[in-house]
Amino acid sequence: MKVVVIGNGMVGYKFCEKLIAKSSAEKVEIVVFGEEIRRAYDRVHLSEFFSGKSAEDLSMSSTTWYEENGVKLHLGDPVQSIDRPTKTVHSYKGITENYDVLVLATGSAAFVPPIPGVDKEGVFIYRTIEDLEMMQAYAKKAKKGAVIGGGLLGLEAAKAMLDLGIADTTVIEFAHRLMPRQIDDAGSGILINKLEKLGLKICTNKNTSEILGENAITGMQFTDDTKIDVDMLVISAGIKPRDELAKLCGLEVGHRGGIVVNEKLQTTDHSIYAIGECALYNGMIYGLVAPGYEMAEVVASHLVEENKSFTGFDMSTKLKLIGIDVASFGDPFVASHECRTVVFEDTMKGIYKRINITDDGKYLLGGILIGDAEAYNMLLQTAKNKIVLPPNPEDVILGSRGGESEGGAGVLSLPDEAIVCSCESVTKAGICTAVAEQGCETIDAIKKCTKAGTGCGGCVPMVKDLMVHTMKAQGKYVRNVLCEHFNYSRQELFDLIKMHQLKSFDAVLDKLGKGDGCELCKPPVVSIIASLFNEMILVKGNDTAQDSNDRFLANIQKGGTYSVVPRIPGGEITPDKLIVIGSVAKKYNLYTKITGGQRIDLFGAHLSDLPAIWEELIDAGFESGHAYGKSLRTVKSCVGSTWCRFGLHDSVSFAIRIEERYRGLRSPHKLKGGVSGCIRECAEAQSKDFGIIATEKGWNLYVCGNGGSKPQHALLLATDLDSDTCIKYIDRFLMFYIRTADPLTRTATWLNKMDGGIDYLRNVIVNDSLGINEQLEADMDSFVESYKCEWKEAVENPNIRKRFSHFVNAPEEKDPTVVFEGMRDQKKVKDWK
Amino acid sequence: MTEEKIITWLPACNTHDVPVNGGVCVKYHDQQIALFHFSRRGEWYATQNECPHRKQMALSRGMIGSQEGEPKVACPFHKKTFSLVDGHCINDEDECSLTTYPVKVENDMVYIGFTEENGRDTEGILA
Ligand code: SRM
Ligand SMILES: Cc1cc2nc3c(=O)[nH]c(=O)nc-3n(C[C@H](O)[C@H](O)[C@H](O)COP(=O)(O)OP(=O)(O)OC[C@H]3O[C@@H](n4cnc5c(N)ncnc54)[C@H](O)[C@@H]3O)c2cc1C
Ligand code: SF4
Ligand code: FES
Repeated sequence: MKVVVIGNGMVGYKFCEKLIAKSSAEKVEIVVFGEEIRRAYDRVHLSEFFSGKSAEDLSMSSTTWYEENGVKLHLGDPVQSIDRPTKTVHSYKGITENYDVLVLATGSAAFVPPIPGVDKEGVFIYRTIEDLEMMQAYAKKAKKGAVIGGGLLGLEAAKAMLDLGIADTTVIEFAHRLMPRQIDDAGSGILINKLEKLGLKICTNKNTSEILGENAITGMQFTDDTKIDVDMLVISAGIKPRDELAKLCGLEVGHRGGIVVNEKLQTTDHSIYAIGECALYNGMIYGLVAPGYEMAEVVASHLVEENKSFTGFDMSTKLKLIGIDVASFGDPFVASHECRTVVFEDTMKGIYKRINITDDGKYLLGGILIGDAEAYNMLLQTAKNKIVLPPNPEDVILGSRGGESEGGAGVLSLPDEAIVCSCESVTKAGICTAVAEQGCETIDAIKKCTKAGTGCGGCVPMVKDLMVHTMKAQGKYVRNVLCEHFNYSRQELFDLIKMHQLKSFDAVLDKLGKGDGCELCKPPVVSIIASLFNEMILVKGNDTAQDSNDRFLANIQKGGTYSVVPRIPGGEITPDKLIVIGSVAKKYNLYTKITGGQRIDLFGAHLSDLPAIWEELIDAGFESGHAYGKSLRTVKSCVGSTWCRFGLHDSVSFAIRIEERYRGLRSPHKLKGGVSGCIRECAEAQSKDFGIIATEKGWNLYVCGNGGSKPQHALLLATDLDSDTCIKYIDRFLMFYIRTADPLTRTATWLNKMDGGIDYLRNVIVNDSLGINEQLEADMDSFVESYKCEWKEAVENPNIRKRFSHFVNAPEEKDPTVVFEGMRDQKKVKDWK
Repeated sequence: MTEEKIITWLPACNTHDVPVNGGVCVKYHDQQIALFHFSRRGEWYATQNECPHRKQMALSRGMIGSQEGEPKVACPFHKKTFSLVDGHCINDEDECSLTTYPVKVENDMVYIGFTEENGRDTEGILA
């Protein structure tokens, strides 16, 4: 059998791949004609061409694939006519091939509305790599851009214009909302808001009447008598199926274009098939890649006498624009009398979610997600597989409130045949089998083995959930390893580093890891080393393994300057020291603010000024406040019994004692404490990692509180302690946390994950159930003894000091790109884009 | 990038001016170049210093490492990671790529190569 394929686009290529997989080379001969000069490439990710992907990166196959599989490929040679009676095709370059089966995979072209002036220079379409190359060249001299069309592709083109450096870009949409086929008015409103934040201008209800300019475009005139200046325009107003060849040889085409096909994708001539964007099935053109692949599958199956049919395809989509989640699935608009609609809207956060459910509340019909499309895959599957909804259907968009979290149990409820990756038609069973039987235990392995997640990538989170669940179900321990360089959890590494006394990142990597390390493993490893040995963090080659803030002992700010936060233990400060802070801030032109941690932050310091600033502060008796480290921040205090008429004990003195004890202690995440002089709790101690509240008889100790995005109150660990016992308990608590927590886990989250919770923890800390308390206390004592202010060491060590300059070859010069503006008598950094 | 196209070798600094497994920023007229010594691999790399994400002059202060063998740098601001070899963004395929520059070391001196494409030798001083 000889199969000729016209069109070497995404679907044409996929068809060849599938046909080869299903048949043996002796039986089928494949010839492909492609009009473009390149092998089929990934058009879906075309925009990545602008972020540096080459044509070769986007290619769907290797250079040798066609040859290796015996496919004859004619590139840059469009077929010009089909002679049905003799079953031959003729190409532009004069090649004639006969066929038994002909497959039309000619795709579509951009639809260009007949607006006067569309042929002017500077007007582009967005379909091929050549289009993008031309845009790239033209964009260099363009300042004002516009895109006609506010649909999926138009918005992608608009984002591409921004990426090409055209900051002033307007999207012009004819309808009264964006993405009119996918989302509703309310959703469009939220989306417009978000796009405007990206810097795009959006005009809906705009009809272009003329493109202005002599030879090149200079502006656009609209029917409402307004106009704008534009020097580059992309038209993305829809697609037009390429049915010209089919029409020419007398095949039936739809009146608005498209080659008419039946459920086997046969055209009116049964030896000719049409697949992909050129095919019109049931009055519909499927302008997405997944249905095209399904069509390719149906034809390839049909040719090897498997029985498959095309019965339409779900048009759910997710926009790939960076930073904005937009998805629509199933039927997003069902009229309200046939169903119930649940809408959740948060205009502050820019979130809009709508689901349409059957009248009886049982099934999901479709919906729209904007601002937060995390649930997209799950909802799509719920709708597609007719999974019965929970009793409160709104839970699927709001998350179940109060009770247990859904925690991925969702994926388990899917039937085995649920298509998880629709680009490559991979089912849930396919993924679970790859994990359980083929031993794929990483996303990459699953991608290689099943191809799931290699298309648009939208299903990857779900694939990951399935992988974890399958592994757990097999009784496999899913370990929280740091990254590809270390096959250990943080806790395991802590013990191993201690056992082997490894004091530098390289030593740890050589002994326990592999490769070169990365930003995921370096900070936790050097943090462990610092917790264990308490050496100056910038020595022994560990400096560059520290998180960037630790490396420069300051927090990097917008614009690239740093903040300076001297320690002010317990929030107590003398007038003289306040004056020093004021004069240093004036001298180095720093913005000053009282922080939420009862101290003063000085912002906007140039890297090269840091050592001098700190030198002056240290001379006046200040120390590092470790605002940059995963280490102790502040121990907040209330004024306590020295002044307060209700105070039971001297909370300030106790807070200072504690803050000075733990200053500089490196830990998995930052640590905060608080001491209140009575139950009125003015120091908010119960929101801290450790909080202390005075009682008639002593101190109550609370642990594992947290502010931040998921606030959690601290839990009572022990009551009526004397000061020394209280400190002993905190020593044990902190050291136990440092030994056992995962990286970047605050004490609250650590406790939440701990089997047995606060009772277990109390048993360890108070009753010494693990018999480690002596060790924990000794570790803390040795830390406290070896404490030194790292900023003092840094300014006194010329080698370290030298690193604080912006240019290595012009150390006296500051970064000229740093720009400040004035605001309320101080400065602020210029906003970033 | 081929040697022939290089029109300028800028003597950037001494090898020991660059921290082990870390980077520094080099000034070249109005350009800022991030220069990295990946000592663990015995390799040198240079890229633009500006992170394309929020246009911050910060990559020289970023942490270097590797992913599946590909050397990379992580921006200190939002941890976008870029290949040191060809500059592409590894963890966000929509992000722009970095310009990269060839580096050579002779007699303890580190040189960064500028071509017509990547350099703007505006004053023609080094040509
Ligand atoms: C300056 C300050 C805001 C202010 O103007 O008041 C601040 C500023 C920052 N906070 Fe904060 N936080 C500040 C008090 C707080 C508080 C209030 C408190 O401590 O009483 C909280 C909630 C309490 C808590 O931590 O439980 C707080 C919760 C956070 C969080 C969320 C932590 C969490 O567990 O979820 C982050 C993000 C993180 O650490 O990963 C954060 C991170 C940050 C960072 C470091 C963000 C960053 O990476 O650049 C900010 C940098 C400041 C700088 O450049 O110096 N900041 N931050 C406050 C400094 C306090 C101090 O003197 O050290
Ligand atoms: C910028 C962009 C972003 C997109 N994003 C998404 C997305 O996120 N999700 C999604 O599902 N889809 C997306 N799409 C759509 C997707 O790319 C198409 O659905 C898919 O490429 C269709 O494949 P096809 O093979 O039918 O057509 P095409 O890929 O267009 O291939 C057809 C090929 O046939 C050639 N041809 C035409 N006539 C002849 C002839 N006479 N002789 C020889 N060759 C001929 C054409 O030159 C072309 O190379 C996007 C498209 C674009 C342009
Ligand atoms: S709340 Fe957010 S914005 Fe404010 S200082 Fe903390 S991290 Fe920065
Ligand atoms: S500025 Fe570099 S990652 Fe955001």
